Amino acid sequence: MTTAPSNLTPMTDLTRLGRPKSVTIRKIRERLIVGSLAVAATFSIFVTTTILVVLAKETILFFQFPDVSLGEFFGSLEWNPLLGAEKHFGIWPLVSGTLLVTVIAASLALPLGLITAIYLSEYATPRVRAVLKPALEILAGIPTVVYGFFALMFITPALQKLNPMLEGVGTPESPVSFGGYNALSAGVAMGIMILPIVCSLSEDALRAVPRSLRDGAFALGGTRFDVSVKVVVPAALSGIVAAFLLAISRAIGETMIVALAAGGMARLTANPAAEVQTMTGYMAQIFGGDAPAGSVEYQSSYAVGATLFCITFILTMIGQYILRRFREEYD
Amino acid sequence: MAAPRSAATRLFQNRAFLWLCLLATNLAVLALAILLVSILWQGWGSLDWDFLKSTASRKPENAGIIVPLWGSVWVCAICGLVALPLGVGTAIYLEEFARRTRFTRFVQTNILNLAGVPSIVYGILGLTAFARMFGAFGTGADTGVEFGDPEGLFYLRLPFGSSVLAGGLTLMLVILPIVIISTQEALRAIPPSLRAGALALGATTWQTVWGMTLPAAIPGIMTGSILAMSRAIGESAPLLVVGSALFILATPNNLMSDFSVLPLQIFNWAQRPQAGFHDLAASAIIVQLVVLLAFNGVAVFIRQRLQKPLQ
Repeated sequence: MTTAPSNLTPMTDLTRLGRPKSVTIRKIRERLIVGSLAVAATFSIFVTTTILVVLAKETILFFQFPDVSLGEFFGSLEWNPLLGAEKHFGIWPLVSGTLLVTVIAASLALPLGLITAIYLSEYATPRVRAVLKPALEILAGIPTVVYGFFALMFITPALQKLNPMLEGVGTPESPVSFGGYNALSAGVAMGIMILPIVCSLSEDALRAVPRSLRDGAFALGGTRFDVSVKVVVPAALSGIVAAFLLAISRAIGETMIVALAAGGMARLTANPAAEVQTMTGYMAQIFGGDAPAGSVEYQSSYAVGATLFCITFILTMIGQYILRRFREEYD
Repeated sequence: MAAPRSAATRLFQNRAFLWLCLLATNLAVLALAILLVSILWQGWGSLDWDFLKSTASRKPENAGIIVPLWGSVWVCAICGLVALPLGVGTAIYLEEFARRTRFTRFVQTNILNLAGVPSIVYGILGLTAFARMFGAFGTGADTGVEFGDPEGLFYLRLPFGSSVLAGGLTLMLVILPIVIISTQEALRAIPPSLRAGALALGATTWQTVWGMTLPAAIPGIMTGSILAMSRAIGESAPLLVVGSALFILATPNNLMSDFSVLPLQIFNWAQRPQAGFHDLAASAIIVQLVVLLAFNGVAVFIRQRLQKPLQ
């Protein structure tokens, strides 16, 4: 199996298969192999089923606690299982925290990533590509906990330097003044994290657009800007939108950055300087050991996990639908 | 489209967009540079052999990463040993054997969906399925079935608890879809004429796969697998859920040992208030990044050296 493909010719290869065997033995062996491969393939379905069953079962257990109800879960605007005399389990503060951080990350990474992808695919010389692609691959390979550390140690202190300039901005109840934990810092780090995903997937979509379209547009007198932005990007739009959705669902499901940099206070706010908690951040806090197993707080993290799973699942499905439905087929 | 614009406007627009492109691209590179330089700056001072060889400690100057380093090795080895055969097998089945039925389309969609599941959700699954085994062996700390000597290499315990085995299997779930998808892409890149040639000589489908398609696809499969493994090395959220130990002094000696991994050690140190631990976290990040760079380097090498065009 170590033979390099370049030495592979049908001759050498078929002689390696050895002495001819009887057809029956060959058939039985073939059946066994196909059978075990099919079992491997069904494993993925088994995984999905188990995820669904576990999340559903534990979430139902959560809703059986006395002071928890479905109405409260979707109706209450407070989430404070760990502090406060009266515990409230309303999912919206966690959802809004996730949304705030994700919106910050997306508004940074989507435009930057798309423009970088256009540059790489339409403008860059092979030599520039040879430098940029590995740089983006390094960014893509950096563990998320490193981005979290970077947010906490570098971005947050940098943002805090802005505080004197921001006096009087925001309302008195929620001033725009950066503390040790804030949504913007986590959002910026998360933006850097999803940038390579946006960029490399959009670039794949752009490069899949056939050359003839570009040639046609150039022949009509288009500038390179006209060709890339008005012809190539619309032709690759389904792939680009799918890339955006994938990046957003990665941001929503990302844990370590928000666990380190966003803080641990669930609240309904749109203030980027405020400390917020995301769904994943709450789960990390609970499973990281802040609540005893079996308690209502502990059980609540399963309900949060189920919500998170549903959101990312819907996003993935929409992305796949767009890819299938709106794909422009050429040649 | 709007009214025709003068050539000068269009050329200006073209030029302005090029500058915008360069700005965006440089911002991305700048972000990478700032990240790497700031971490090197903070972590270089406390990085030495003692740091690599010491166990955890309450004093930053004595603390080291030997335990999480070995934890990472154990967990990733288990993860790779299970995920790679399973993932490659699934991909071979889907690409080479399965007919395009409703069922295989469903499996395919399902795999794409699994790739989008947040890793922390896999953590929940790992906690329930591997660490607790659905409570089938009781839920207390001391209930369960044991096989072998707790100090020996071949010690097994059901349920697995927060052990390297549970951690490795959980990570396996995380990277399995990635392995499957990248292997499928590698197999799809093999020209059909190669398969047709083998089949025409009377080889069975499996002989074609084993003798022709797989050897030709090995560089692509290896590149994908290495990238999937480098994802596993850096993954920490699912292991946090499965319950890796935060303060242990012994490296793992069997599948049932408690463990910590490098990214979780970084997380733990970064969370502490003392600045001394923050520097240690930066040093640990340097170690982590060096390991990852080595992995990526091997992947790039394989891609460039072995992946010769087949046609």
